[in-house]
Amino acid sequence: MNEMFRDKIDISLTVNGEPVEGRVPAGQHLVDFLRGALGLTGAHASCEHGVCGACTIKVNGEAVRGCLMLAAQADGADIWTVEGLSDQGTIKDLQDAFVARNALQCGFCTPGMLVAIDELLGKEGVPSRAEIREHLSGNYCRCTGYEAIVDAVETVARARAQKGAA
Amino acid sequence: MRPFTYERALDPVSAAARAAEVPGARFIAGGTNLIDLMKLEIETPDHLIDVNGTGLDEITVTEDGGLRIGALVSNTDLADHDVVRRDYPVLTRALVAGASGQLRNKATTGGNLLQRTRCPYFYDTAQPCNKRAQGSGCAALSPGAHSRQLGIIGVSDACIAQHPSDMAVALRVLDAVVETMTPAGDIRLIPLKDFHCLPGSTPEKESVLMDGEIITAVYLPPPVGGKQAYHKVRDRASYAFALVSVALIRHPDGSGRVALGGVAPKPWAMDEADAELPNGAKAVMAKLLEGARPTEENAFKIRLAERTLAAMLAGE
Repeated sequence: MNEMFRDKIDISLTVNGEPVEGRVPAGQHLVDFLRGALGLTGAHASCEHGVCGACTIKVNGEAVRGCLMLAAQADGADIWTVEGLSDQGTIKDLQDAFVARNALQCGFCTPGMLVAIDELLGKEGVPSRAEIREHLSGNYCRCTGYEAIVDAVETVARARAQKGAA
Repeated sequence: MRPFTYERALDPVSAAARAAEVPGARFIAGGTNLIDLMKLEIETPDHLIDVNGTGLDEITVTEDGGLRIGALVSNTDLADHDVVRRDYPVLTRALVAGASGQLRNKATTGGNLLQRTRCPYFYDTAQPCNKRAQGSGCAALSPGAHSRQLGIIGVSDACIAQHPSDMAVALRVLDAVVETMTPAGDIRLIPLKDFHCLPGSTPEKESVLMDGEIITAVYLPPPVGGKQAYHKVRDRASYAFALVSVALIRHPDGSGRVALGGVAPKPWAMDEADAELPNGAKAVMAKLLEGARPTEENAFKIRLAERTLAAMLAGE
């Protein structure tokens, strides 16, 4: 195995604000690295084919599929998972709104939902219900029927806009 | 997923050279399609060359007033770009009609062009598929097969898979040109209309790229103006592939251009069909879909294409 042909890759990245280093198999997916090596089990490895959105994480500010990225590709990346967003308190209002509005039942899709919504709420303006639905179309929930989730997002988006205006 | 080795390329010249030199090598950019196909063992590369560090992620205005879109520009960034939104709105519309936000954040311009069909039989490795396993047959053409989603024109007895891209349909109507780098280090310019291959008897060959050749950019000609629209008809309102999609550019004098998605192995357009635009949707589609050979299950696409264009023309 010479320099060019590597089946183990050294990576150095930031996860939830902390520097992380690792040596990963070439075939390891980013979500498996986060869950297995770092114990960050908030991002769920569910369909593992990029369909369901349960593995959604933020990479360099953008919400992406953790199952469709190799850990090796995360070298140098700035990654945030639902744990980091929770600990920071940046999505507390959103989490509270989810509870208040019963926007979850089994909760399996919730971490992916929260991360995807965090990206949406980071943009300018108050999204319409149609925009919320469109933004979350890549996140599957088999319990709620989505209405309560859209309600929660709408509530938080309006509250944040009011707070910003006040 | 089969074991493979991995390296990072730092520039397109060395990426192309390495890809030609290493047996079983593939480029990886956004990975949104390739990694999925590797999990299913439909794609089984021995070696991945990660091209994300090759610096092909810029959008620049060209000397002639067109746009050069680096191959690594994400679908999100391309759709959001001010010049694209202002001067090439059909492209923004097509991009945001595709996939979901999380996928568009990773999917690249070059990768989008090279994504594989979503034919269910291509994805099911227990089924025969000439594209996946040469000479094994086409399960989509067997009696009772589900072909609702599949192609109706440009298809062959070996394969009726359709190209799944929305972006490519808009690029086709805009007359885009693909820039590549060959393993010898030469730059090639390939009009998008000539970029994808029809299946014929070799459905495994999907583009005119040679071994190791890498897409470096996509060029758009100077803005053509006109009213631009992209309508995508699908089984649900979001996050689904097109049954039929129509990209339209229409000028005040009634002339314009049309390209279709969801119906063929490549974005489907024809100058002779564009010339029929003043005569209405029926005339355009009669020309554009002349010689179509749909299955019983997807014959509805002919009328659907006609009605979609008619609705767009009426909606102006």
